Amino acid sequence: MLEAQRDYVLRTVEERGIRLVRLWFTDVLGNLKSFAISPAELENALNDGMSFDGSSIDGYGRVQEADVLALPDPNTFEVLPWVDSKAAEARVFCDIAQLDGTPFEGDPRQVLRRNLDAARKLGFVFYVAPDVEYFYFAPPGDGRPTPLDNGGFFDLTTTDIASSLRKETIRTLETMSIPVEYSFHEDSPSQHEIDLRHTDALAMADSVMTFRFVVKEIAAMRNVHATFMPKPLEGVQGSGMHLHLSLFKGDSNAFYDANDPYNLSSVAKSFMAGLLRHASEITAVTNQTVNSFKRLVPGFEAPVHVSWARNNRSGLIRVPVPKRGSDLATRIELRSPDPACNPYLAFSVILAAGLRGVEEGYELPAEADANLFEMGDQALAKLGIEQLPQSLNDALKSMESSQLVAEALGEHIFEWFLRNKRAEWRRYKTHVSQFEVDTYLRSL
Amino acid sequence: MTSTDLLAVFPDSPTIDVARTLDLSGYSWKGVETPENLAKLQPTEGWAGAVVCCDEDPEGGWAMCRALRRLERPVQRILVLITGAQVGDLEVRDNLFDDFQLSPFHPRELEARLRHMFYNELLAPSSTVVEHAGLRLNLETYQATFGGSPLDLTYMEYELLKFFVQNPGRVYSREVILSEVWGYEYFGGARTVDVHVRRLRAKLGEEHAHLIETVRSVGYRFGSSKWSG
Repeated sequence: MLEAQRDYVLRTVEERGIRLVRLWFTDVLGNLKSFAISPAELENALNDGMSFDGSSIDGYGRVQEADVLALPDPNTFEVLPWVDSKAAEARVFCDIAQLDGTPFEGDPRQVLRRNLDAARKLGFVFYVAPDVEYFYFAPPGDGRPTPLDNGGFFDLTTTDIASSLRKETIRTLETMSIPVEYSFHEDSPSQHEIDLRHTDALAMADSVMTFRFVVKEIAAMRNVHATFMPKPLEGVQGSGMHLHLSLFKGDSNAFYDANDPYNLSSVAKSFMAGLLRHASEITAVTNQTVNSFKRLVPGFEAPVHVSWARNNRSGLIRVPVPKRGSDLATRIELRSPDPACNPYLAFSVILAAGLRGVEEGYELPAEADANLFEMGDQALAKLGIEQLPQSLNDALKSMESSQLVAEALGEHIFEWFLRNKRAEWRRYKTHVSQFEVDTYLRSL
Repeated sequence: MTSTDLLAVFPDSPTIDVARTLDLSGYSWKGVETPENLAKLQPTEGWAGAVVCCDEDPEGGWAMCRALRRLERPVQRILVLITGAQVGDLEVRDNLFDDFQLSPFHPRELEARLRHMFYNELLAPSSTVVEHAGLRLNLETYQATFGGSPLDLTYMEYELLKFFVQNPGRVYSREVILSEVWGYEYFGGARTVDVHVRRLRAKLGEEHAHLIETVRSVGYRFGSSKWSG
């Protein structure tokens, strides 16, 4: 199979007159990295990988040896649809390996592969479908971000540039093997949401990387800035990346049980219990910026409490009622992650937390169907409902003592991530904000 | 055909009529007992073609045809021998043979059919291009076009589309598609088929997405049913 895939790629490069092949991979913070090779080098790259100096990539640096190998994954080969066909280009995602061929521990894609293998050993395939929100702004200057419109939820602003950008984006995504389920104008000015159709987690992590790149690229072509910053505007909803999750065993949905009143299997329930119990430990990975925590506040449809419910959008996990009670569509929706996360690492820790629940048979707490935003701390404590970490600092503290996250990410990324993010927190802590100047300068 | 080209013949000891016709017509051939031996016995440049006697052992014969098509270098020229009573078997196996010969046969007819089958190959390898409703797949170069413009596909999308285009008008279950396109050893489960069908539809575009039709609680059908016209 692998040989046939290589042939396919090489032949396509020749037939389509591809001039440049971009090798894509991801740093630990989730930034897309790339270097280009000529078609002449491609066969060699497919067989033996391309070595490069990893020391300049965030989270790749090692003491002993800086060179690593990029191994193209031929099944991810795609011609880039926005490049002029006279100088056609293609991209292929890479796994990063050490020079001896063993997986490089700093590569997020390899980390996800390792976690998916663990699920596979239990007989599970992990499916993910994200709902990604983002904003379109005028190109950033020195001041505040400027929205392109003031439309609200589902507004028909057909003539405005943002809608045509979104349409163009979806067309491009679909020609790159990323089918879109829904798309619409979100609540906030210039905010948009695109919901992707589920795939297995590795393909989806690749798709999220491609998605962010395509959204930004298409916008930049019209001199518009697209951003996945979790909370760019104060006082309106931020951008989340709700994840619809399910486990499949062979052809059947391991989350579905026809005899359960919720139609949830014991696997689904203990998976949810795992997510709830380890929620605070994985939050630094699913919500990795200082700004992420300005989204996780009451009043903006973002989760604040570690709870679950069927039709309550204030909880961390929602169990959507599937259309027509279809067993295949039974899934859970994790509402905390934001689109600034590293999808490979986020999917890894989410899967690890859920599987821990399945393996150890965690008990699912009762459904919290009241509006938690309206309940006082005491009432919440009585129900045993905790809050998600309030800041990056809280989240890091919780992560640092987590054996589960250390195992899921591997020591190399675990250590580097904590070091990097603590430094980010220190920079933030010493920053004197506009809020402080406005509030205190005159009065104190 | 050159003198070094080798035909695979099933069963490994065919009837004397088949063997004599092949010898007298100047073909080099080798008998193959089971599909497992195909790869082992094939010459380095691959089998030039095959003669499969389904008249004697239909089950073994069709299994052999399937295996010939699935070789790393798929055999493009397959002639099957069938009895008059087996003509109905052909209908669902169009992808497995290129010509057929009713048995018993006149040696001159078999010789003429073989000569014609290989004559075609010399001119234009027409079977390397499959077409359906404006969709064109070149199996040699792996290139797909739709209405003349290139369709960029990943490898698995291409393989799935190839399966559909080669088997139009029939309903296949997800399980059959999975085993035919991905192979039985694939772990992902039949859900993988849904994911790739959705991707193909997206790439074909809204107007043509219906080419791959979902047949509820059964599977998928490519192109319209031949019964519905």
